[in-house]
Amino acid sequence: MRIAAENLGWAANGRTIIRGITVEIGSGQTVGLIGPNGSGKSSLLRCLAGLRAPTAGAVRYNDEDITGWPTRRIAQHLAFVEQASESDSDLRVVDVVSLGRTPFRDRWRGLSPADHAIVDAALDHLDLAGLRDRHWNTLSGGERQRAHIARAFAQRPWAILLDEPTNHLDIRHQFELMDLLAGTGQTVLVALHDLALAARYCDRLILLSEGELVADGPPDEVLTRDRLREVYEIDAEIGQDSLGHLSITYHGVPDIEEAATGAATMSRMDSPSP
Amino acid sequence: MRSGPGPRRGSLVPLPLLFTAGVVALLVSLAAAMVIGSGDIGFDELARVFGGHIGLDVEPLPRLLDSLVWELRIPRVLMAAVVGAALAISGAVLQSVTRNALAEPYLLGVSHGASTGAVVVVVLAVGGGAVSVSAGALVGALASFGLLLALLGRRGLGSVRVVLTGIVIGLLFHAITYLILMASSDADTTRAIMHWLLGSMAPSRWDSLAVTAAVGAVGLVVLWLYSTALDGFAFGTDTAASLGINVRRTRLVLLVATAVLTSVVVASVGAIAFVGLIVPHGIRFLAGPLHRTLLPLSALAGAIFLVWTDALSRVAFAPREVPVGVFTALVGVPLFLLVLRRRGEL
Repeated sequence: MRIAAENLGWAANGRTIIRGITVEIGSGQTVGLIGPNGSGKSSLLRCLAGLRAPTAGAVRYNDEDITGWPTRRIAQHLAFVEQASESDSDLRVVDVVSLGRTPFRDRWRGLSPADHAIVDAALDHLDLAGLRDRHWNTLSGGERQRAHIARAFAQRPWAILLDEPTNHLDIRHQFELMDLLAGTGQTVLVALHDLALAARYCDRLILLSEGELVADGPPDEVLTRDRLREVYEIDAEIGQDSLGHLSITYHGVPDIEEAATGAATMSRMDSPSP
Repeated sequence: MRSGPGPRRGSLVPLPLLFTAGVVALLVSLAAAMVIGSGDIGFDELARVFGGHIGLDVEPLPRLLDSLVWELRIPRVLMAAVVGAALAISGAVLQSVTRNALAEPYLLGVSHGASTGAVVVVVLAVGGGAVSVSAGALVGALASFGLLLALLGRRGLGSVRVVLTGIVIGLLFHAITYLILMASSDADTTRAIMHWLLGSMAPSRWDSLAVTAAVGAVGLVVLWLYSTALDGFAFGTDTAASLGINVRRTRLVLLVATAVLTSVVVASVGAIAFVGLIVPHGIRFLAGPLHRTLLPLSALAGAIFLVWTDALSRVAFAPREVPVGVFTALVGVPLFLLVLRRRGEL
């Protein structure tokens, strides 16, 4: 399975959000989508997931243009996990995960034994079996995010697209989540804010800036000092930590740095998305 | 791994038990409500009326009593059941589609739009049959829905503002209804329509019952077939779409279906408030939020609820009758405030 954007553009209310993006994601890869706030990560994900119709170019699944595909057919190929998708509804974890079988369900019948088996497997996979009957409003942020990802796995998709799933999670849960995503052989495209996390878990990074693709390649090639300065307007030192992982030390915003002297370690990237 | 504070089951009561209890309770309620009210009717007389009308060889009741039971009481009680069921499932569906716990045909102004449409048909005497009044009500209901969606624009349907807008639209249609009424009908018609506007089972007859029951049954099946989609709306439209739900088309079908249900109800018995709020919230508490069970159980509970509320409205201040909408509002308003409070908006 390949998912490809071909010269993809999307505009809303006359404003171009992304333009001219050509990328391809192949089987089994864990691909990180990075870029500053407003660089078009969410829009690209939504176009690839068939939730927004591109205003230019095309999205192809295995060389087939998905324009005009019924929503259900798209959902049989690809799962999408929104950023902090909340609900007032008091569904149980197992109900939420079962929603993943929606694209395969018959209106007249309930879930088949095969569906139940897939749901159980997804629950086990995300270590949620013990929370199976817990209600949504009793779950922590990390548990909710895991339930959504289990729901995506229950869709048995070719690829899972996730929009900043680590937001609002503490550092341990961020690592746990990325371990789960990267360690399965499932094709994953995940938008991330934390560059070190992205570098550590992704085979490949796609960097967007102001709606355009700036770089696409292995983390150590994409994340360079010059590029961070250019795209994120941040001074940083890229190196390796004692375990051999890529490490990033932020020195601050260049112009503030000059004005303030000293090691201002503030970072713009930690500010929440608008 | 963290294990929670004791696993809770999906439903407080096992579902098959709940369904069986619901059906039994409905049958008992129907029979009980048919013998409550004016006229000295017991179960024995009731059985004789039924027997006589389906051709069994039983000793008939006096003509007046027989027609009181057969022409008025029985269709009225059955109508209460059908109307309660239709309003309850409409509320459950609207709450899911709009992701708004307070959504309900009356509070969204749909019932008022339907009233206006029905009054136009009755007053202008385009034809007073159950079907044409229902059709007029449907036009009014769709008009008020359209106005609601137009006023809200592209903004979400989840907030309290939706209910506020709905109530304002309701007031507008209410005013239009009265204007039409005062301008163009005589005193007798006005009095009859006023009573109906407040929501009353009294005008129920077999013909309007047949229309309402048929539409209600079809509506329940159609909406039930959308159970999975209704569940999928729980996390918003993007998640719903990523689950393969055609959001725009599904929303349209569901909104039109609830408008149709509301219209036939309003055309038959007027606008009755809060049933669509009270019942689904109660059932979600008992049996969880999944629509495959929520919708049929809400239909059962709505039927039982309105059968008893209507019985109460007949006997509370007998021989005078209180419009049943008065009692549903007395129960509904506190619940409305409770839901508002739980959402932190009061």
